[in-house]
Amino acid sequence: MEHHLVLRVVAKLMVPLILLFALYVQFHGDYGPGGGFQAGVIFGAGFILYGLVFGVDRAHRVATPGVLIAFAAAGVLLYAGVGVVSLLLGGNYLDYGVLSHDPVHGQHLGILLIELGVGTTVASVMITLFYAFAADADMEFTDDEEANE
Amino acid sequence: MLFGIYSLLSAGIFVGLDAVDVAFTEAAVGGGISTILMLGALSLIGKKQEAGHSNAGMAVVIVTLTGAMLIYGTLDFPGFGHPEAPVHQHVAPRYIEQSPQEVGVPNMVTSVLASYRGYDTLGEVAVIFTAGIGVLTLLSGRRRHKKKNPGS
Amino acid sequence: MSNFLDLYNYWIVIVLMMLGFYIVIAKPNLVKKIIGLSIFQTSVFILYISMGNVEGGTAPIVDDRFSLYSNPLPHVLILTAIVVGVATTALGLALTVRIHRDWGSINEDKIEHRIKQEQDS
Repeated sequence: MEHHLVLRVVAKLMVPLILLFALYVQFHGDYGPGGGFQAGVIFGAGFILYGLVFGVDRAHRVATPGVLIAFAAAGVLLYAGVGVVSLLLGGNYLDYGVLSHDPVHGQHLGILLIELGVGTTVASVMITLFYAFAADADMEFTDDEEANE
Repeated sequence: MLFGIYSLLSAGIFVGLDAVDVAFTEAAVGGGISTILMLGALSLIGKKQEAGHSNAGMAVVIVTLTGAMLIYGTLDFPGFGHPEAPVHQHVAPRYIEQSPQEVGVPNMVTSVLASYRGYDTLGEVAVIFTAGIGVLTLLSGRRRHKKKNPGS
Repeated sequence: MSNFLDLYNYWIVIVLMMLGFYIVIAKPNLVKKIIGLSIFQTSVFILYISMGNVEGGTAPIVDDRFSLYSNPLPHVLILTAIVVGVATTALGLALTVRIHRDWGSINEDKIEHRIKQEQDS
């Protein structure tokens, strides 16, 4: 898409800013609007912008589909894992108070970790959805038997 | 396109209703992701639109009846923004009063979402993960570039 | 009970809801049905958020300058619902693409017709 020069330049400037903003929203969810879901969606949208402007093939090279599914599963595991750690430390499941020397600190730590898990899973799933639906104009579906030859 | 505009408008409504977190999410999700998915699906389906017969007459009757019943049902509702409404009575004041001491996080929506209602959020992350896996299963045919020769 | 005109937020919600409902049952095109479902979903979100609003209150972020907050509980529920909604919409669209691949149409009458043809043959 060489003739879409303006689009490519602007996208190259915007994508890092969008990803940085997503990280900001993720970790400032405690003090202002934001948190895991919003951050995950914004991060995914940044990647999707990159994929739309530069082609799905290049996006595939940056974020491989297999790695994405691993990240999505890791997010869920992180969330559930925090709960299990709470169990092992003597509290109830997902009771953050026992995670640290002081219940309020424990709450902060627990919330930080689970929001990270949520954000990771949401971002990975959004990008995966985009990959599933995106098709460049010169691509077509093949059935699995043909693709595996 | 209209769909994306509709989502952004509803995000504006949410801001007007003091729901900043929700507006944030709706703007990003509705205005961004949903539109992309819709456009992607339409591009995979193709541009030919078949005109089918729509059973519009019956539908209008059903819709009007349901709407009338719903409006009749809302006559008992509390007014808009009324501070004595039942939704503000039982659990919510406890969350608002206790959250600064128990959780210490200024954003009350995050504290309720992640701490007081952490279980629900865990289930919801599982739902998102499952939807991603479901879409991968349905649309798993590999895409490859079209062959140059039309004979195959 | 309360003033009749105070209920205007519910009427807006009902209008949007009925619009979405009409699209789902009247249009035979599968993608249009999904769009109608999404409009229905958004109207339900507006219903809950408007119920959680408190007159004169502010966004539920604790700050020393404010003492009256809007109810955070509906916000939490709707936050969840929005992201789950996009996931189910994606799943519905994926199903539609798959149906189109297998039956060649996204018009429900034609799809029924072709399924019946295949069952008879």
